[in-house]
Amino acid sequence: MKVVVMVKRVADPNVNIRVKEDGSGVDLENVKMAINPFCEIAVEEAIQLKDKGQAKEVVAVSVGGKDSEDQLRTALAVGADRGILVEAERDLEPLAVSKLIAKVLEEENPDLVILGKQAIDSENSQVGQMVAALMGFSQGTFASELTLKDGEVEVTREVDSGLQTLSLKLPAIITADLRLNEPRYASLPNIMKAKRKPITTVSAEDMSVDITPRIQTLQVEAPTDRKAGKILSSVKELVEKLRTHEELI
Amino acid sequence: MNILVIADHDNQELKETTLNAVDASLKIGGNVDLLVAGENCDAVARAAAKISGVGKVLKADNPAYRNQLAENIAPLVVELAGEYSHILAASTTNGKNILPRVAVGLDVAQISDVTSIESSDTFKRNIYAGNAIATVKSTDSIKIISVRASSFDKADLSGDASIESIDHVFDAGLSSFIKEELGATDRIELTSARIVISGGRGMQSSEGFELLHKLADKLGGAVGASRAAVDAGYVPNDMQVGQTGKIVAPDLYVAVGISGAVQHIAGMKESKVIVAINSDKEAPIFQYADYGIVADLFDAVPEFESLV
Ligand SMILES: Cc1cc2nc3c(=O)[nH]c(=O)nc-3n(C[C@H](O)[C@H](O)[C@H](O)COP(=O)(O)OP(=O)(O)OC[C@H]3O[C@@H](n4cnc5c(N)ncnc54)[C@H](O)[C@@H]3O)c2cc1C
Repeated sequence: MKVVVMVKRVADPNVNIRVKEDGSGVDLENVKMAINPFCEIAVEEAIQLKDKGQAKEVVAVSVGGKDSEDQLRTALAVGADRGILVEAERDLEPLAVSKLIAKVLEEENPDLVILGKQAIDSENSQVGQMVAALMGFSQGTFASELTLKDGEVEVTREVDSGLQTLSLKLPAIITADLRLNEPRYASLPNIMKAKRKPITTVSAEDMSVDITPRIQTLQVEAPTDRKAGKILSSVKELVEKLRTHEELI
Repeated sequence: MNILVIADHDNQELKETTLNAVDASLKIGGNVDLLVAGENCDAVARAAAKISGVGKVLKADNPAYRNQLAENIAPLVVELAGEYSHILAASTTNGKNILPRVAVGLDVAQISDVTSIESSDTFKRNIYAGNAIATVKSTDSIKIISVRASSFDKADLSGDASIESIDHVFDAGLSSFIKEELGATDRIELTSARIVISGGRGMQSSEGFELLHKLADKLGGAVGASRAAVDAGYVPNDMQVGQTGKIVAPDLYVAVGISGAVQHIAGMKESKVIVAINSDKEAPIFQYADYGIVADLFDAVPEFESLV
């Protein structure tokens, strides 16, 4: 079985993001970049399928700038076999990214595609579902567990009401939630080995896909910050405040 | 303008987040219809017909729609889309699951988790865990929008819309339902509760959370949790509040034994009044709290409960 995993380069979740003064976007200059945490989980799941002998090949794909190669190398260092970079000059919208991925999948013919359930920068939570629709695949979003069966994959999803288990016909799209697994760290020898694994680069412009923007960003602003309030000296005082001052309880 | 709202429900009950999605639609302006796709979902359609501002309820009642499988519901929405300028759903797990498939069917973009309607084509949404707010304008002919329920009011229930049955059946045959494990259903829904008491890693165990349930029951509130508490298995996943869990904005949010990581703050910072109870006076949560108590939660929470 062949598994494709998608990885996105994003600002490290631990860095403080600042909005540019001119309101044109966020300032990513000199910000530490990382693999999107949900993509990391997606990669780990694919590697676990390989460890169990259920996946033969794991291909990592990224759509982004040239530097997204770093995140593909991260995926290769934990066990992906090869990488494909669809190089795009600017930030693309989810629909455009999905169309480019679908184009790659038509070539690759995977049995299973695993992505993160959302990217922590743009927070759209769209690409997995869009790729599934473009390919006519089944989809198991927000997955916390998956089990391969003959021609099918059973997926447990974290939904608002609790947990839901579905059976999906292969090929299928899975989007990973936080509790799907605990990603491993790459060992130094594997990081070295990953440098020799192949990464193919294709240009988004050359893929005959319509990637014209549909959405204009008019402004990006900082949220109005909450101000720190008061440390109270007792629970009694708290109850008093909530009762008489706020009239909440 | 004609707007279609996809109702969120479980075939028995209409989810309150649908009322928020209708409120967002009324802010866009125009005629609002509601789609109830499910199986034996008569009661839901009748409840939906009572939402003020809804013109008509479209009821698609078929086993193919029972479990809200995106592969089956999305083509139905695409089929109906011709009449509409906007298609909305609350960004619940169902809305998030279905809408991108609809967008592909119509070859248009989707705008996710909208927090404010600026005009019929311009919206605000949070990015980077709420550290930035983007104002975006859609240039597509049909706008597909998921809305953050907690950012909108609930539409009233004094309407009397007509109910129309639609009989298109789409059964992609790609996926099937096996089972579900529901969280506690007898408790107040987290996303619509007026008061939310959330616990973190500091609760130490499921038993620790019982303290919070007792307090919440007394206050008529719901109980939420941080990711760390869910990961540790103290409580089920449907209680997680945060960037990647549920977004809440109650009148009162009490964070107990929660440090205040940005990903948690992203899910509760629009609450009206925030209270933090934490033994570490340096915990970041205090920077967001209107009232803070620096104390051991195992003393403070029982005392809180005894005083209300
Ligand atoms: C991609 C990504 C997504 C995430 N999404 C979410 C999300 O949706 N929601 C979320 O919550 N987190 C999320 N997180 C995790 C987040 O970064 C934090 O790790 C998490 O919120 C920490 O939970 P906590 O505050 O309960 O635990 P901790 O950070 O360990 O804090 C525990 C707190 O309890 C206090 N405490 C301990 N014992 C006591 C006591 N006896 N009395 C009083 N206080 C006590 C401590 O002082 C401490 O402040 C996400 C992280 C990533 C990377």
